[in-house]
Amino acid sequence: MVTEKITIEPVTRIEGHAKITINMKEDGDVDHAYLHVNEFRGFEKFCEGRMVFEMPLITPRICGICPVSHHLAAAKAGDAVYGVTPPRPANLLRELMHMGQMIQSHGMHFFELAGPDLLLGFDADPAIRNVVGLVQAAPEITVKAVQLRKYGQEIIRLLGGRRVHPNFAVPGGVNKALSAADRDTILAGLDDAIATTQLGIQIIKEWAEKNAEDINKFAVFPTGYFGLIADDNALELFDGKIRLIDQFGTELERFEIKNYLDIIAEHVENWSYLKFPYYKKMGWPDGVYRVGPLGRLNIADKISTPLANEELKIFKQLNDGKPVENTLHYHYARLIETLYAAEQVRVLLDDADILSNQILNTKHNFQGEGVGVIEAPRGTLIHHYKARPSGQLEKVNLIVSTGHNNYAMSKSVDMVAKTYLNGQEIREGLLNRVEAAVRAHDPCLSCSTHAVGQMPMIVDIVDAQGKTIQTLRRD
Amino acid sequence: MSKPKVASDWLAGCAGCHMSLLDIDERILQVLELADLRATPITDLKHPDEDGVDVGILEGGINNTANEAVAKQMRSRCKYLVALGDCAVFGGVPAMRNFFTIEETLRRAYVETESTDDSGKIPDDPELCKPTNVRAVSEVVKVDLHVPGCPPDADVIFHVLAELAQGRIPEIKDEKLHWH
Ligand code: SF4
Repeated sequence: MVTEKITIEPVTRIEGHAKITINMKEDGDVDHAYLHVNEFRGFEKFCEGRMVFEMPLITPRICGICPVSHHLAAAKAGDAVYGVTPPRPANLLRELMHMGQMIQSHGMHFFELAGPDLLLGFDADPAIRNVVGLVQAAPEITVKAVQLRKYGQEIIRLLGGRRVHPNFAVPGGVNKALSAADRDTILAGLDDAIATTQLGIQIIKEWAEKNAEDINKFAVFPTGYFGLIADDNALELFDGKIRLIDQFGTELERFEIKNYLDIIAEHVENWSYLKFPYYKKMGWPDGVYRVGPLGRLNIADKISTPLANEELKIFKQLNDGKPVENTLHYHYARLIETLYAAEQVRVLLDDADILSNQILNTKHNFQGEGVGVIEAPRGTLIHHYKARPSGQLEKVNLIVSTGHNNYAMSKSVDMVAKTYLNGQEIREGLLNRVEAAVRAHDPCLSCSTHAVGQMPMIVDIVDAQGKTIQTLRRD
Repeated sequence: MSKPKVASDWLAGCAGCHMSLLDIDERILQVLELADLRATPITDLKHPDEDGVDVGILEGGINNTANEAVAKQMRSRCKYLVALGDCAVFGGVPAMRNFFTIEETLRRAYVETESTDDSGKIPDDPELCKPTNVRAVSEVVKVDLHVPGCPPDADVIFHVLAELAQGRIPEIKDEKLHWH
């Protein structure tokens, strides 16, 4: 019987707003903990009537942390609607911009959002458990982290004119070629970016060794895993087919994104503005899967760049070659991907086509409907448009990265609440672990609530009649 | 004199204005020297100090009852309120929602979308806030400074923070007033 409810609101150091409610039983144990996503924005509706080619500029306003994902997914959906294939150099440049975003977004998450928990500790004083505390505790690392983020942001700016909400990809290609000078600028910063990422990897490995007990009891659970994959099963962040594996690593599906409606569907729960995608054949909730760094490394057999591939081998040993289920290993996976993104910047810049000015294909073969996909930092992002022959949009459907992880985040919150709060006197550091269960997924709540909004996270203590007895907030 | 206290929050925006704030790069260290960063989305204090902060910064417009409450709390606890970015200044891109009814937009998202299964319904749990029209921050509380841009340029944000942290009222004009 539920006797009390704890509310944590807002959850901090995540993108967007979230609220957690934890229902407690009479004996003081957790009955169930919920993650509420609490805002609705309505992009799917209000983009109706806009022009397809405007979408690469409108949809990035869903999320300022990974605007490039929406920018590129919208351009790809536009390619499909207009029936146009971008020339090879345009795809290289789009991918380069995407790698810049991976570096800035992953780098910022590891050092500036999750970093305070990892470097200062879950139980550190909340007044200093933030980037300011980090500056004091580890100034050198913090400055390097700021520079890593800057490096990724500068790649975006050099290509698209600005760091946040760039203007670069258009249906059929991109609007600007890369100059030799800008290529050299990007190359010049690459070694430092790789070194900082390797430092991060060293930090997370040392942390994992010291905190093995937490890692092994912190939201470890089986699900499927989902994301883009290269034909040879190498990690892929930019383009390809989607691969879905089950909890044992067996392939369930490999499909073209245009068929996504045959494979996945979204479930709605009354207590959240964020929908819950699942694998149709297995149904809700058996067909849940995880995306993002953990999901992507679990579906990949290898990585095409050498340094990241060496790390992947170590990652694969964590669970004897089977999918890694530990939520806290999202952090390690995220840094392995950052390393890949940095190495991939070099691969792209060394390509003979990278400075080509064959960047736009204007021969259209209008299809009227199209789906675009990309691996955003937080997971698979799908844009699906239907347009009239004029190019005006009739229907827009968006499935965003954090949405796919909605079940996993909710489940993690419930598990961590039960693991850490049962039989304990409730204190701030324990509640911070419940928040960290959300943080590990690096949710992008603006994104997930595109259609939906921000996600205030609260912990309330409610009695059996549903009356709130106590609300734990840290002000 | 103790350092001025600064708090910030995000409402119906995209976090891009806060990202542009982080785009001041290493100059963040200068800001931390000058100002005491209190509750923000990247720190662990959940609300602006009860006994007040000197500067409050809001990103995003107001599109639901929760945003209203956050804006009012920030206003009541800060001496000087900054509306950061187009969404806060006039509603921005999210205000395109005002061309439709709230019911229409909710139905599209939770019932009609091609991928939504037959569990589709508009969530209305009492824990959830209620969507409203999208409004500028100044339509709900008094704003002392408007900083336009989507997002405003990092240099402009640095100028605003540095001036306020040194007790001066920033002027946003000439080359600082642009929307690109
Ligand atoms: S003004 Fe632009 S960058 Fe700022 S929150 Fe609004 S959409 Fe995002």
